[in-house]
Amino acid sequence: MSKPSYVYVTYIETSAEKLWQALTDGAFTERYWFGHRIASDWAPGAPYRFTNNGNPTVEGEVITFDPTRRLAYSWHNRKPEAAGEGISRVTFDLEPRGKVVKLTVTHDELGEDGKTLRDISGGWPMVLSNLKSLLETGRTIEIVPPGYSKKDAA
Amino acid sequence: MNLDQFKPLTVYTIYIASTPEKVWEALTSAEFSRKYFSGFAVEMEPKLGGSFIVRAPDGSEHIRGEVFEHDPPNRLTVTWNVNWPDLVEKLGTTLVTYEIEQAGEAVRLTMSERHDRPLSDDILSGGRAGWPAILSGLKSLLETGKAPQIKMGPPAQMLAALKAMGIRVP
Repeated sequence: MSKPSYVYVTYIETSAEKLWQALTDGAFTERYWFGHRIASDWAPGAPYRFTNNGNPTVEGEVITFDPTRRLAYSWHNRKPEAAGEGISRVTFDLEPRGKVVKLTVTHDELGEDGKTLRDISGGWPMVLSNLKSLLETGRTIEIVPPGYSKKDAA
Repeated sequence: MNLDQFKPLTVYTIYIASTPEKVWEALTSAEFSRKYFSGFAVEMEPKLGGSFIVRAPDGSEHIRGEVFEHDPPNRLTVTWNVNWPDLVEKLGTTLVTYEIEQAGEAVRLTMSERHDRPLSDDILSGGRAGWPAILSGLKSLLETGKAPQIKMGPPAQMLAALKAMGIRVP
C-alpha cells in the first residue's frame, strides 16, 4: 500500500518569479508562515531549515531546485510534539496561467499511521491562504482556526 | 435521502479575510458568482427545499438542485446535480456543503462534496480541479474587489470516464 499523501491547489494573481521568492526567502516566509523563517543556500542536496524566533522547527534537504517551476525538499519536523514522526517530502509546482499562477503543493511520503497527514491537513490551507493574501493584497490575515492554537501552524 | 450514506470524497478548505455574512452572500448570489465562477450564475431560493440553480453564461441550467440544509451564515447544503443526460442516474446525487466559521480575523470556508457511492479518481477529477479555482477566485474577489479570470474546462480524464459509463458529455 502506498504511503498517504496530501495535495492542495491554489491560484494566485502574481508572477511565478514573485511566488518563487515568497517560497524561498526567509523574510517573506516569516510573514505568511506564522513566523517560520526559511534559510538555505538553495541548491540540490543543500540543507535548509525553518526557524521560529530562532528555534529550529522543520529542516531537511533540497531535493529539486528548478526556478521558477519546481521546488522540493525533505520535511523533518523538529518540534517536540512531532517526535517520532518520519521524514516526508514537500513539492511545490508553479504553472503560470495568464494573470495567475497555479500553485500545487504535494506533501507525500507521510507516515502510514495517518497522524502526520491529519496534522498537516490543517496547516497547509492556513499557510497557503495567507501566502495568497500577502501576494494579492500586501497583507496577511490573523488566522485563529476554531479549536486550534496559532502556534501549532506548521 | 439517507444522509449517512453520503461520504465526503473531495474537501477543500480556504481562509478568507472577510465576514461569514459576506462569504455566504458570495456563495449564494448570481451577482458575485458570475465574477469568480467563469460567468456562472448561482440562483438560490434562500430556504429549506428551495431551488438551487447554477446557470451557464449561455443561459442554460448547468446544475439544478435544491437546498438541503439552510443555516445562514454558517452552513449550507445543496444537491449539486449536473444536468448532463443520465449523469445523476449513473453517479447518484452529489451533495455540496459549505461550512463557514469565524477564525480570528479570517473566515474558514470548508467545502465538502459528498456522494452516496464510491467513485473513481477520474470521475472526481472535475470537482478536484474546479473547486480550488472557484474558491481561489471567491477569496480574491472578497479581499481585493476583483477575481482573476482562471480558465477552466472539464478534465479530459473525467470526460473519458463519464463516456465509458455511457454518460453523454457535451
